[in-house]
Amino acid sequence: MLNTLFFYFLSAIAVGSAILMVTRRNIAHAAIFLVTALLATAGIFLQLQSEFLFIVQVFLYAGGIMVLFVFAIMLLHLEPAGGLPKFSRPQIVAVTLTLVLGAQILYAVFVGRSSLRLPALQGNISPQNTEAVGDALFHQFIVPFEIASVLLLVAMIGAAVMAKRRV
Amino acid sequence: MLSIAHYLILSLALFTVGVVGVLARRNLIIMLMSVELILNAVNINLVAFSRLHGSVDGQAFAIFVMADAAAEAVVCFSIILVFFRNRGTVRADEMDLLKW
Amino acid sequence: MQTYVLPAIYAVIVILALPLLAGCVLIAERQFRAYLQGRGNSEAVKPGLWEPITEVTKLLMEEDAIPSKADPVVLWAAPVVSLMVVLLAFSVMPIGPAFHLADPNIGLLFIFGIGSLAVHGVVLGGWASNTQNSMTSALGAAAQLIVYGAVTILGVLSALLLSGSLSMKEIAQAQLERGQWFIFYVPVGFAAYFLGSLRITTSASFDSASPGNESDKAFISAYRGFRRCLYLLAGYMNVILVACIATTVFLGGWLRPLAGYRDRFPGTSVELLDVLPAMVMMGAGIYFFWRARRLTVNIRRTGGFLVAGLCVVAAALLLGVLFTSEGFMQGVHGAFWFVLKACAYIYFVFWFRFEFLPAHRDMLSRLEWRMLIPVALVNLITAAVAILTSQDTGLPMRLTTLLATAATLGVAWWLFKNPPEELAAMRAGGE
Repeated sequence: MLNTLFFYFLSAIAVGSAILMVTRRNIAHAAIFLVTALLATAGIFLQLQSEFLFIVQVFLYAGGIMVLFVFAIMLLHLEPAGGLPKFSRPQIVAVTLTLVLGAQILYAVFVGRSSLRLPALQGNISPQNTEAVGDALFHQFIVPFEIASVLLLVAMIGAAVMAKRRV
Repeated sequence: MLSIAHYLILSLALFTVGVVGVLARRNLIIMLMSVELILNAVNINLVAFSRLHGSVDGQAFAIFVMADAAAEAVVCFSIILVFFRNRGTVRADEMDLLKW
Repeated sequence: MQTYVLPAIYAVIVILALPLLAGCVLIAERQFRAYLQGRGNSEAVKPGLWEPITEVTKLLMEEDAIPSKADPVVLWAAPVVSLMVVLLAFSVMPIGPAFHLADPNIGLLFIFGIGSLAVHGVVLGGWASNTQNSMTSALGAAAQLIVYGAVTILGVLSALLLSGSLSMKEIAQAQLERGQWFIFYVPVGFAAYFLGSLRITTSASFDSASPGNESDKAFISAYRGFRRCLYLLAGYMNVILVACIATTVFLGGWLRPLAGYRDRFPGTSVELLDVLPAMVMMGAGIYFFWRARRLTVNIRRTGGFLVAGLCVVAAALLLGVLFTSEGFMQGVHGAFWFVLKACAYIYFVFWFRFEFLPAHRDMLSRLEWRMLIPVALVNLITAAVAILTSQDTGLPMRLTTLLATAATLGVAWWLFKNPPEELAAMRAGGE
């Protein structure tokens, strides 16, 4: 019961923040709403009993990537973002197409309810989530792990080189 | 009484909002933030399915998605920075040098 | 519902007691600085009994001035974010063996993860006031938070290798099993954590070498009244939080010094060293009584005697608790040792900050950048090598970690002697 309540509460915050984020004119406000959406997603991870992913999401996304976004927005001194005025044609086309896509996937989920056997989530997760994820990362997924670290190194170097002022 | 359909629909909603953000907004930074939202929707999906099957593979993959999103955000931001320095604006409409 | 009673009590205690404690830390810092600067005996610095409360009242009575074109919603939200971060981090802090709000498996990572959100509180605070000075100073403070947060995490990681678990309770328990506090196993890690924590706790409140409340370049200058009160509260609760983390990870948490020494008084079930808390409080009571006798102002004398009396009562309580059940005694004594160690850490932080920090700030930060992070990384590697060696070859852990510390200090010495060119030029030119 409490579980379901938490899920609905967190989903409402996540979807509401997301909608608010894509409709703001002020970029800084949009960034704040993205932070709340990411924190709500972290809550969903916690509710799915994956606590390690919860804290990695808070640490990495809300406390890392969003700090990058907020720093960049502060430093760039951008004027308030004018989007196009509302109800312009490209926007209406975009929203309609996306809603059609969403409706298709929703239909697939509903139709496949019986045939895909989407069961209720059982309570059979071991409590040592961090150990299990660490175990998987270092035994099964060791190669992607090393490649991801090289990827991050390359991204850092590339970004630093690209953003330097050439004097 | 929460089935996996709940999480799928939540992930779908976030994905839809993210796609609308990418398609309908003209500001590069908001487009980048919408892409982060899409990646988060995919993460929710992965973790929900990992919980369904009781294996940790989905969560490990979600961590890689997060690392990838971090790298991508960093590189995209430096591109936006260079663009802003040259053009003075971050609107996607102004990126038209290669237009015929 | 039964399992929610104790955490609820703990949550209420945290929310009620911590702001008061943060006020006391503020007063203590001021007093300490006054004594170190030689002006401790003037009447203006002696605190009254209600000093924390008068501080807050003074802040609340200020005019609530908002800069023009400031963003009203974010202006209110930013100090709340800072405060929320610190309060959340206290929820997993174990003051005694069973005295915590929650003990998740990821306890320490939870604290650092939630602490990474503190950067948002600072940056949004600077941005919301829409003044140039505020924004630049907030970005500087946030950059300092990020870098020194990374340094503290590197320091704590080396102690984490020894405990094998992220849960705060198990880290303190592991210090009992390993035989000594982790500060003796990885002193370089503790030094890294200490230096990092110095810079974290100065950054969010002020921006210079603590000129007091009225620096006009700090980002907090745009905040008046209750919002400034929230920022200062978050800053000083951060000090307490950092001390509590250091106590749990490095100083043994709720463990008594020499916790493995279990000799008892002959005939009773009371352990020998368990009378130490009562003795400490009794000593404190006698000292306050002695000092209070020489005070001249009547109200201060009464206050001094009151404090002395409270100390004696506490000593009696601590002694009496020895004869109750084991769990209760562990809880009360654990809380005493925890608070004592946290206070000692805060004292050490204040002293160190006063003695060594007001140097040229940019030179200091560059020195720390070049030396602190490499040394912390090397310490992590050598500590890991030491632990593995002692596991594989059976050498005692104390020996291998001692060698690892010596190796790390050798690397630090080499780094100090062979600095990069900029650093040498800076040291030669601008000393």
